[in-house]
Amino acid sequence: MSLVSELVSLYRRMATVLSDDIYNALMKTRASEDRGSPAHLAISTIIENADLAKSGSKPICQDTGYPVFFVTLPSHTSIPRVREAITEATRIATAEIPLRPNAVDSITGKNSGDNTGALWPLIYFDGWDKDHTLVRAMLKGGGSENCGVIYKLPDARLGAGRDLEGVRKTVLDAVHGAQGRACPPYVLGVALGGSKDAAAQLSKMQLLRPLDDTNPSPKLADLERRLMEEANSLGIGPIGVGGKTCVMGVKIAAAHRHAASYFVDVAFCCWADRKGSLEYHGKV
Amino acid sequence: MSDYSLKTPLSETDARKLRVGDTVTLSGSIFTARDRAHKYLIEETKPETLEFSLKGAALYHCGPLVKRKDNRFEIVVAGPTTSNRMNPYEADVIARYGIRAIIGKGGMDDRTLEALGRCGCVYLSAVSGAAVVLARYVTRILNAYKLEEFGMPECFWEFDVRDFPAIVTMDTHGQSIHKQVEQASAEKLKDLLLSG
Repeated sequence: MSLVSELVSLYRRMATVLSDDIYNALMKTRASEDRGSPAHLAISTIIENADLAKSGSKPICQDTGYPVFFVTLPSHTSIPRVREAITEATRIATAEIPLRPNAVDSITGKNSGDNTGALWPLIYFDGWDKDHTLVRAMLKGGGSENCGVIYKLPDARLGAGRDLEGVRKTVLDAVHGAQGRACPPYVLGVALGGSKDAAAQLSKMQLLRPLDDTNPSPKLADLERRLMEEANSLGIGPIGVGGKTCVMGVKIAAAHRHAASYFVDVAFCCWADRKGSLEYHGKV
Repeated sequence: MSDYSLKTPLSETDARKLRVGDTVTLSGSIFTARDRAHKYLIEETKPETLEFSLKGAALYHCGPLVKRKDNRFEIVVAGPTTSNRMNPYEADVIARYGIRAIIGKGGMDDRTLEALGRCGCVYLSAVSGAAVVLARYVTRILNAYKLEEFGMPECFWEFDVRDFPAIVTMDTHGQSIHKQVEQASAEKLKDLLLSG
Protein backbone atom coordinates (compact mmCIF):
# COMPACT_ATOMS: atom_id res chain seq x y z
CA MET A 1 0.00 0.00 0.00
CA SER A 2 1.12 3.52 -0.68
CA LEU A 3 1.77 5.92 2.18
CA VAL A 4 -1.36 7.85 1.18
CA SER A 5 -3.66 4.82 1.50
CA GLU A 6 -2.04 3.78 4.78
CA LEU A 7 -2.67 7.31 6.08
CA VAL A 8 -6.33 7.21 4.99
CA SER A 9 -6.72 3.92 6.91
CA LEU A 10 -5.08 5.53 9.94
CA TYR A 11 -7.58 8.40 9.71
CA ARG A 12 -10.47 5.93 9.57
CA ARG A 13 -9.17 3.95 12.54
CA MET A 14 -8.67 7.06 14.64
CA ALA A 15 -12.03 8.64 13.78
CA THR A 16 -14.13 5.52 14.39
CA VAL A 17 -12.39 3.24 16.93
CA LEU A 18 -11.02 4.15 20.37
CA SER A 19 -7.73 2.56 21.35
CA ASP A 20 -7.95 -0.18 24.00
CA ASP A 21 -6.38 1.92 26.77
CA ILE A 22 -9.01 4.66 26.37
CA TYR A 23 -11.90 2.21 26.04
CA ASN A 24 -10.80 0.33 29.18
CA ALA A 25 -10.52 3.61 31.08
CA LEU A 26 -14.10 4.49 30.09
CA MET A 27 -15.24 1.09 31.43
CA LYS A 28 -13.39 1.81 34.69
CA THR A 29 -15.08 5.22 34.85
CA ARG A 30 -18.49 3.61 34.52
CA ALA A 31 -17.67 1.19 37.35
CA SER A 32 -16.68 4.14 39.55
CA GLU A 33 -20.01 5.98 39.22
CA ASP A 34 -23.16 5.30 41.25
CA ARG A 35 -25.80 3.36 39.33
CA GLY A 36 -28.75 5.53 38.34
CA SER A 37 -26.83 8.82 38.75
CA PRO A 38 -26.63 11.32 35.84
CA ALA A 39 -22.89 10.54 35.72
CA HIS A 40 -23.55 6.81 35.30
CA LEU A 41 -26.17 7.47 32.64
CA ALA A 42 -23.77 9.76 30.77
CA ILE A 43 -20.79 7.39 30.83
CA SER A 44 -23.03 4.49 29.76
CA THR A 45 -24.19 6.55 26.76
CA ILE A 46 -20.56 7.41 25.98
CA ILE A 47 -19.60 3.71 25.94
CA GLU A 48 -22.64 2.82 23.84
CA ASN A 49 -21.59 5.62 21.46
CA ALA A 50 -18.06 4.19 21.15
CA ASP A 51 -19.49 0.71 20.45
CA LEU A 52 -21.90 2.00 17.78
CA ALA A 53 -19.19 4.08 16.10
CA LYS A 54 -16.95 1.03 15.87
CA SER A 55 -19.61 -1.40 14.60
CA GLY A 56 -21.05 1.11 12.11
CA SER A 57 -17.66 2.55 11.10
CA LYS A 58 -18.92 6.06 11.89
CA PRO A 59 -16.95 8.92 13.44
CA ILE A 60 -17.19 8.77 17.24
CA CYS A 61 -17.84 12.51 17.45
CA GLN A 62 -19.13 15.04 14.90
CA ASP A 63 -16.07 17.13 15.72
CA THR A 64 -13.54 15.00 13.88
CA GLY A 65 -10.90 17.34 15.21
CA TYR A 66 -7.74 19.13 14.21
CA PRO A 67 -5.45 16.50 12.67
CA VAL A 68 -2.02 16.61 14.34
CA PHE A 69 0.87 14.46 13.10
CA PHE A 70 4.24 13.63 14.66
CA VAL A 71 6.36 12.08 11.92
CA THR A 72 9.77 10.46 12.42
CA LEU A 73 11.69 10.03 9.17
CA PRO A 74 14.64 7.88 8.09
CA SER A 75 17.56 9.81 6.63
CA HIS A 76 17.28 10.93 3.01
CA THR A 77 13.48 11.10 3.11
CA SER A 78 11.85 14.12 1.58
CA ILE A 79 9.86 16.22 4.06
CA PRO A 80 7.87 17.98 1.27
CA ARG A 81 6.81 14.61 -0.19
CA VAL A 82 5.61 13.31 3.18
CA ARG A 83 3.77 16.58 3.77
CA GLU A 84 2.11 16.21 0.38
CA ALA A 85 1.07 12.61 1.15
CA ILE A 86 -0.50 13.69 4.45
CA THR A 87 -2.37 16.53 2.74
CA GLU A 88 -3.69 14.23 0.02
CA ALA A 89 -4.72 11.58 2.56
CA THR A 90 -6.53 14.28 4.54
CA ARG A 91 -8.58 15.31 1.49
CA ILE A 92 -9.48 11.69 0.69
CA ALA A 93 -10.33 10.86 4.33
CA THR A 94 -12.52 13.97 4.61
CA ALA A 95 -14.58 12.93 1.57
CA GLU A 96 -14.67 9.17 2.19
CA ILE A 97 -15.06 8.53 5.92
CA PRO A 98 -16.38 11.36 6.00
CA LEU A 99 -14.70 13.84 8.36
CA ARG A 100 -16.29 17.18 9.15
CA PRO A 101 -14.50 19.99 7.30
CA ASN A 102 -13.13 21.98 10.24
CA ALA A 103 -10.47 24.26 8.74
CA VAL A 104 -11.64 27.88 8.70
CA ASP A 105 -9.64 30.78 7.22
CA SER A 106 -9.04 33.03 10.23
CA ILE A 107 -9.10 36.19 8.08
CA THR A 108 -12.10 35.61 5.80
CA GLY A 109 -14.08 33.10 7.88
CA LYS A 110 -14.32 30.78 4.87
CA ASN A 111 -14.24 27.02 5.52
CA SER A 112 -11.73 25.36 3.14
CA GLY A 113 -14.11 22.40 2.84
CA ASP A 114 -11.45 19.66 2.82
CA ASN A 115 -9.59 19.99 6.14
CA THR A 116 -6.50 21.54 4.58
CA GLY A 117 -5.13 25.05 5.03
CA ALA A 118 -2.35 27.03 6.67
CA LEU A 119 -0.75 24.79 9.35
CA TRP A 120 -3.64 22.38 8.78
CA PRO A 121 -3.09 19.46 9.24
CA LEU A 122 -0.44 20.32 11.81
CA ILE A 123 2.72 18.26 11.21
CA TYR A 124 5.84 17.99 13.38
CA PHE A 125 8.86 16.31 11.78
CA ASP A 126 11.74 14.54 13.44
CA GLY A 127 14.33 12.06 12.20
CA TRP A 128 16.08 8.85 13.27
CA ASP A 129 18.58 6.33 11.92
CA LYS A 130 16.08 3.49 11.39
CA ASP A 131 14.95 2.54 7.88
CA HIS A 132 11.21 3.13 8.23
CA THR A 133 8.91 6.08 8.82
CA LEU A 134 6.90 6.32 12.04
CA VAL A 135 3.70 8.34 11.96
CA ARG A 136 1.92 9.10 15.21
CA ALA A 137 -1.23 11.16 15.02
CA MET A 138 -4.34 12.42 16.80
CA LEU A 139 -7.63 14.00 15.87
CA LYS A 140 -7.80 16.72 18.49
CA GLY A 141 -11.29 17.93 19.41
CA GLY A 142 -11.75 21.72 19.38
CA GLY A 143 -13.72 21.89 22.63
CA SER A 144 -10.93 20.24 24.59
CA GLU A 145 -8.21 22.24 22.83
CA ASN A 146 -9.98 25.44 23.96
CA CYS A 147 -9.60 24.44 27.62
CA GLY A 148 -5.80 24.17 27.39
CA VAL A 149 -3.89 26.64 29.59
CA ILE A 150 -0.32 27.87 29.90
CA TYR A 151 0.87 29.06 33.32
CA LYS A 152 4.00 31.02 34.21
CA LEU A 153 5.35 30.24 37.63
CA PRO A 154 5.34 31.72 40.19
CA ASP A 155 1.59 32.28 40.20
CA ALA A 156 0.47 34.45 43.11
CA ARG A 157 -3.25 33.74 42.68
CA LEU A 158 -2.67 30.01 43.22
CA GLY A 159 0.25 30.35 45.64
CA ALA A 160 2.18 28.23 43.15
CA GLY A 161 5.98 28.43 43.27
CA ARG A 162 8.68 27.17 40.93
CA ASP A 163 8.66 23.51 41.91
CA LEU A 164 6.61 20.34 41.40
CA GLU A 165 4.26 21.44 44.16
CA GLY A 166 3.58 24.60 42.14
CA VAL A 167 3.00 22.49 39.04
CA ARG A 168 0.47 20.40 40.96
CA LYS A 169 -1.50 23.52 41.86
CA THR A 170 -1.68 24.77 38.29
CA VAL A 171 -2.98 21.44 36.97
CA LEU A 172 -5.72 21.30 39.61
CA ASP A 173 -6.67 24.88 38.77
CA ALA A 174 -6.83 24.03 35.06
CA VAL A 175 -9.17 21.09 35.70
CA HIS A 176 -11.38 23.24 37.90
CA GLY A 177 -11.40 25.95 35.23
CA ALA A 178 -12.41 23.52 32.48
CA GLN A 179 -15.30 22.01 34.49
CA GLY A 180 -17.35 19.93 32.01
CA ARG A 181 -16.57 22.08 28.99
CA ALA A 182 -13.89 19.88 27.41
CA CYS A 183 -15.93 16.62 27.44
CA PRO A 184 -14.70 14.72 30.51
CA PRO A 185 -13.48 12.16 31.49
CA TYR A 186 -10.25 13.79 30.30
CA VAL A 187 -6.71 12.75 29.55
CA LEU A 188 -4.30 15.52 30.59
CA GLY A 189 -0.95 16.19 28.93
CA VAL A 190 1.32 18.40 31.02
CA ALA A 191 4.69 19.92 30.12
CA LEU A 192 7.05 21.84 32.39
CA GLY A 193 9.82 24.12 31.26
CA GLY A 194 10.96 24.85 27.72
CA SER A 195 9.92 27.92 25.76
CA LYS A 196 6.25 28.76 25.32
CA ASP A 197 5.96 26.87 22.02
CA ALA A 198 8.08 23.92 23.22
CA ALA A 199 5.85 23.49 26.26
CA ALA A 200 2.69 23.51 24.11
CA GLN A 201 4.11 20.88 21.76
CA LEU A 202 5.48 18.71 24.56
CA SER A 203 2.19 18.69 26.48
CA LYS A 204 0.34 17.64 23.34
CA MET A 205 2.82 14.82 22.70
CA GLN A 206 2.06 13.40 26.16
CA LEU A 207 -1.48 12.68 24.95
CA LEU A 208 -0.02 9.98 22.69
CA ARG A 209 1.34 7.97 25.62
CA PRO A 210 -0.57 4.79 26.51
CA LEU A 211 -2.64 5.42 29.63
CA ASP A 212 -1.04 2.44 31.42
CA ASP A 213 2.62 3.35 30.79
CA THR A 214 4.96 4.36 33.61
CA ASN A 215 6.75 7.68 33.61
CA PRO A 216 10.54 7.08 33.58
CA SER A 217 10.95 9.83 36.17
CA PRO A 218 9.80 8.50 39.59
CA LYS A 219 9.01 12.04 40.73
CA LEU A 220 6.79 12.72 37.73
CA ALA A 221 5.20 9.25 38.04
CA ASP A 222 4.24 10.11 41.64
CA LEU A 223 2.86 13.47 40.58
CA GLU A 224 0.80 11.85 37.80
CA ARG A 225 -0.79 9.42 40.29
CA ARG A 226 -1.44 12.09 42.86
CA LEU A 227 -2.94 14.54 40.36
CA MET A 228 -5.31 11.97 38.97
CA GLU A 229 -6.66 11.22 42.43
CA GLU A 230 -6.89 14.87 43.48
CA ALA A 231 -8.44 16.08 40.21
CA ASN A 232 -11.14 13.43 40.52
CA SER A 233 -11.82 14.50 44.10
CA LEU A 234 -13.06 17.86 42.70
CA GLY A 235 -16.30 15.99 41.94
CA ILE A 236 -16.79 17.29 38.39
CA GLY A 237 -17.49 13.84 36.96
CA PRO A 238 -18.12 12.66 33.41
CA ILE A 239 -19.76 15.43 31.27
CA GLY A 240 -19.36 17.81 34.24
CA VAL A 241 -22.69 17.30 36.02
CA GLY A 242 -21.00 15.85 39.11
CA GLY A 243 -19.48 12.42 39.74
CA LYS A 244 -16.37 10.48 40.72
CA THR A 245 -14.24 10.46 37.57
CA CYS A 246 -13.42 13.47 35.40
CA VAL A 247 -9.79 12.48 34.67
CA MET A 248 -8.72 9.10 33.22
CA GLY A 249 -5.02 9.82 32.99
CA VAL A 250 -2.34 12.45 33.64
CA LYS A 251 0.88 12.35 31.59
CA ILE A 252 3.71 14.74 32.47
CA ALA A 253 7.04 15.54 30.80
CA ALA A 254 9.75 18.06 31.60
CA ALA A 255 12.08 20.11 29.40
CA HIS A 256 14.95 22.27 30.58
CA ARG A 257 13.91 25.86 31.07
CA HIS A 258 15.53 29.27 30.83
CA ALA A 259 16.48 30.45 34.32
CA ALA A 260 13.98 33.31 33.93
CA SER A 261 11.04 31.11 32.85
CA TYR A 262 8.96 28.31 34.31
CA PHE A 263 6.12 27.39 31.97
CA VAL A 264 3.50 24.79 32.76
CA ASP A 265 1.36 23.87 29.78
CA VAL A 266 -1.77 21.80 30.39
CA ALA A 267 -3.38 20.14 27.35
CA PHE A 268 -6.82 18.56 27.67
CA CYS A 269 -8.04 15.67 25.59
CA CYS A 270 -11.74 14.83 25.60
CA TRP A 271 -12.90 11.28 26.35
CA ALA A 272 -12.98 10.73 22.56
CA ASP A 273 -9.18 10.55 22.65
CA ARG A 274 -8.57 9.60 19.02
CA LYS A 275 -4.94 8.65 18.54
CA GLY A 276 -3.06 6.17 16.43
CA SER A 277 0.18 5.32 14.68
CA LEU A 278 1.62 3.51 11.70
CA GLU A 279 5.01 2.29 10.53
CA TYR A 280 5.70 2.74 6.85
CA HIS A 281 8.41 0.57 5.32
CA GLY A 282 7.95 1.61 1.68
CA LYS A 283 9.76 4.37 -0.14
CA VAL A 284 8.30 7.86 0.04
CA MET B 1 -37.16 14.66 39.30
CA SER B 2 -39.61 13.99 36.48
CA ASP B 3 -39.63 12.78 32.90
CA TYR B 4 -41.23 14.94 30.21
CA SER B 5 -42.01 14.37 26.53
CA LEU B 6 -42.20 17.71 24.75
CA LYS B 7 -43.06 18.76 21.23
CA THR B 8 -41.73 21.83 19.43
CA PRO B 9 -42.63 24.66 19.11
CA LEU B 10 -42.51 24.90 22.91
CA SER B 11 -44.74 27.11 25.03
CA GLU B 12 -43.70 29.26 27.96
CA THR B 13 -45.57 26.83 30.23
CA ASP B 14 -43.49 23.93 28.84
CA ALA B 15 -40.30 25.75 29.76
CA ARG B 16 -41.42 26.95 33.19
CA LYS B 17 -42.59 23.55 34.46
CA LEU B 18 -39.10 22.04 34.03
CA ARG B 19 -36.63 21.84 36.92
CA VAL B 20 -32.95 20.94 37.03
CA GLY B 21 -32.51 17.17 37.16
CA ASP B 22 -35.64 16.50 35.08
CA THR B 23 -35.15 14.43 31.96
CA VAL B 24 -36.73 15.47 28.69
CA THR B 25 -37.34 13.86 25.32
CA LEU B 26 -37.95 16.34 22.51
CA SER B 27 -39.83 15.73 19.27
CA GLY B 28 -40.48 17.98 16.30
CA SER B 29 -38.17 20.36 14.48
CA ILE B 30 -35.06 21.83 16.16
CA PHE B 31 -32.45 24.25 14.78
CA THR B 32 -28.69 23.97 15.11
CA ALA B 33 -26.93 27.26 15.82
CA ARG B 34 -23.39 27.77 17.07
CA ASP B 35 -20.73 30.51 16.99
CA ARG B 36 -21.25 32.03 13.54
CA ALA B 37 -25.05 31.65 13.64
CA HIS B 38 -25.27 33.47 17.00
CA LYS B 39 -23.17 36.38 15.72
CA TYR B 40 -25.46 36.51 12.68
CA LEU B 41 -28.67 36.48 14.76
CA ILE B 42 -27.58 39.45 16.84
CA GLU B 43 -25.37 41.53 14.57
CA GLU B 44 -26.60 40.86 11.05
CA THR B 45 -30.34 40.11 11.11
CA LYS B 46 -33.52 40.39 13.17
CA PRO B 47 -36.66 38.22 13.65
CA GLU B 48 -38.56 40.10 10.90
CA THR B 49 -35.87 39.51 8.27
CA LEU B 50 -34.77 35.99 9.25
CA GLU B 51 -36.06 33.50 6.68
CA PHE B 52 -37.44 31.12 9.32
CA SER B 53 -39.14 31.64 12.66
CA LEU B 54 -37.45 30.73 15.94
CA LYS B 55 -40.52 31.45 18.08
CA GLY B 56 -40.85 28.63 20.60
CA ALA B 57 -37.82 26.94 19.05
CA ALA B 58 -35.21 24.66 20.56
CA LEU B 59 -31.70 25.80 19.53
CA TYR B 60 -29.10 23.05 19.43
CA HIS B 61 -25.45 24.06 19.92
CA CYS B 62 -24.18 21.60 17.35
CA GLY B 63 -22.04 21.50 14.24
CA PRO B 64 -23.16 18.23 12.69
CA LEU B 65 -21.37 15.97 10.25
CA VAL B 66 -23.66 15.74 7.24
CA LYS B 67 -23.23 14.13 3.85
CA ARG B 68 -24.97 15.01 0.64
CA LYS B 69 -26.46 12.03 -1.19
CA ASP B 70 -28.33 12.45 -4.50
CA ASN B 71 -29.16 16.08 -3.70
CA ARG B 72 -30.45 15.13 -0.26
CA PHE B 73 -28.75 15.71 3.06
CA GLU B 74 -28.13 12.75 5.30
CA ILE B 75 -27.05 12.99 8.92
CA VAL B 76 -23.84 11.12 9.78
CA VAL B 77 -23.28 12.09 13.42
CA ALA B 78 -24.36 15.09 15.55
CA GLY B 79 -23.55 15.75 19.21
CA PRO B 80 -23.46 19.00 21.20
CA THR B 81 -20.67 21.58 21.08
CA THR B 82 -19.43 23.61 24.10
CA SER B 83 -22.08 26.22 24.93
CA ASN B 84 -20.07 28.84 26.79
CA ARG B 85 -18.76 30.34 23.54
CA MET B 86 -22.32 31.52 22.88
CA ASN B 87 -22.50 33.37 26.26
CA PRO B 88 -22.01 36.85 24.76
CA TYR B 89 -25.09 36.46 22.54
CA GLU B 90 -27.46 33.97 24.13
CA ALA B 91 -29.44 36.19 26.51
CA ASP B 92 -30.30 38.54 23.62
CA VAL B 93 -31.04 35.67 21.22
CA ILE B 94 -33.50 34.19 23.74
CA ALA B 95 -35.23 37.53 24.35
CA ARG B 96 -35.40 38.70 20.74
CA TYR B 97 -36.34 35.46 19.00
CA GLY B 98 -38.52 33.80 21.66
CA ILE B 99 -36.36 30.68 22.11
CA ARG B 100 -37.77 28.21 24.67
CA ALA B 101 -34.95 25.65 24.92
CA ILE B 102 -31.19 25.64 24.40
CA ILE B 103 -29.51 22.25 23.98
CA GLY B 104 -25.76 22.07 24.49
CA LYS B 105 -22.99 20.94 26.80
CA GLY B 106 -21.01 22.44 29.66
CA GLY B 107 -23.60 25.05 30.71
CA MET B 108 -23.77 28.83 30.33
CA ASP B 109 -23.12 32.00 32.34
CA ASP B 110 -25.18 33.99 34.86
CA ARG B 111 -26.42 36.44 32.25
CA THR B 112 -27.94 33.54 30.30
CA LEU B 113 -29.34 32.00 33.51
CA GLU B 114 -31.06 35.31 34.27
CA ALA B 115 -32.53 35.45 30.73
CA LEU B 116 -33.88 31.90 31.12
CA GLY B 117 -35.93 33.01 34.14
CA ARG B 118 -36.98 36.36 32.65
CA CYS B 119 -38.06 35.02 29.24
CA GLY B 120 -39.14 31.46 30.06
CA CYS B 121 -36.48 29.24 28.48
CA VAL B 122 -34.51 26.19 29.68
CA TYR B 123 -31.00 24.88 29.12
CA LEU B 124 -30.76 21.18 28.35
CA SER B 125 -27.55 19.12 28.43
CA ALA B 126 -27.04 16.39 25.87
CA VAL B 127 -24.27 13.84 26.49
CA SER B 128 -21.01 15.36 25.20
CA GLY B 129 -19.43 13.51 22.34
CA ALA B 130 -22.30 11.01 22.03
CA ALA B 131 -22.65 11.97 18.38
CA VAL B 132 -23.56 8.53 17.00
CA VAL B 133 -26.17 7.85 19.68
CA LEU B 134 -27.76 11.31 19.37
CA ALA B 135 -27.89 11.22 15.56
CA ARG B 136 -30.19 8.21 15.83
CA TYR B 137 -32.91 10.53 17.18
CA VAL B 138 -32.65 12.78 14.11
CA THR B 139 -35.21 11.31 11.71
CA ARG B 140 -34.33 13.63 8.82
CA ILE B 141 -32.87 16.95 7.81
CA LEU B 142 -35.63 19.41 6.92
CA ASN B 143 -33.57 22.43 5.81
CA ALA B 144 -30.15 24.05 5.71
CA TYR B 145 -29.83 27.84 5.94
CA LYS B 146 -26.60 29.76 5.19
CA LEU B 147 -24.77 26.55 4.28
CA GLU B 148 -22.62 28.06 1.51
CA GLU B 149 -21.74 31.14 3.54
CA PHE B 150 -21.12 29.64 6.99
CA GLY B 151 -20.03 26.10 6.05
CA MET B 152 -21.21 22.71 7.33
CA PRO B 153 -20.36 23.06 11.04
CA GLU B 154 -21.60 26.63 11.40
CA CYS B 155 -24.78 26.99 9.32
CA PHE B 156 -28.35 26.55 10.59
CA TRP B 157 -29.60 22.97 10.14
CA GLU B 158 -33.25 22.26 10.78
CA PHE B 159 -33.62 18.70 12.06
CA ASP B 160 -36.73 16.67 12.58
CA VAL B 161 -36.12 14.76 15.83
CA ARG B 162 -38.05 12.08 17.67
CA ASP B 163 -37.58 11.55 21.43
CA PHE B 164 -34.22 13.36 21.52
CA PRO B 165 -32.95 12.80 25.11
CA ALA B 166 -31.52 15.52 27.36
CA ILE B 167 -31.26 16.55 31.03
CA VAL B 168 -32.44 19.92 32.35
CA THR B 169 -29.31 21.48 33.87
CA MET B 170 -30.39 25.17 34.02
CA ASP B 171 -34.00 26.15 34.64
CA THR B 172 -36.32 29.19 34.80
CA HIS B 173 -36.16 29.14 38.62
CA GLY B 174 -32.56 30.33 38.81
CA GLN B 175 -31.09 26.85 39.34
CA SER B 176 -28.00 25.58 37.50
CA ILE B 177 -26.34 22.20 38.05
CA HIS B 178 -23.21 23.61 36.36
CA LYS B 179 -23.03 26.39 38.92
CA GLN B 180 -23.57 23.93 41.79
CA VAL B 181 -20.74 21.65 40.57
CA GLU B 182 -18.50 24.67 39.89
CA GLN B 183 -19.00 26.04 43.42
CA ALA B 184 -18.58 22.69 45.17
CA SER B 185 -15.40 21.98 43.19
CA ALA B 186 -14.09 25.49 43.98
CA GLU B 187 -14.37 24.71 47.71
CA LYS B 188 -12.52 21.44 47.23
CA LEU B 189 -9.86 23.18 45.12
CA LYS B 190 -9.29 25.71 47.87
CA ASP B 191 -8.53 22.87 50.32
CA LEU B 192 -6.20 21.18 47.85
CA LEU B 193 -4.26 24.40 47.20
CA LEU B 194 -3.73 24.90 50.92
CA SER B 195 -2.63 21.31 51.56
CA GLY B 196 0.73 20.43 50.12
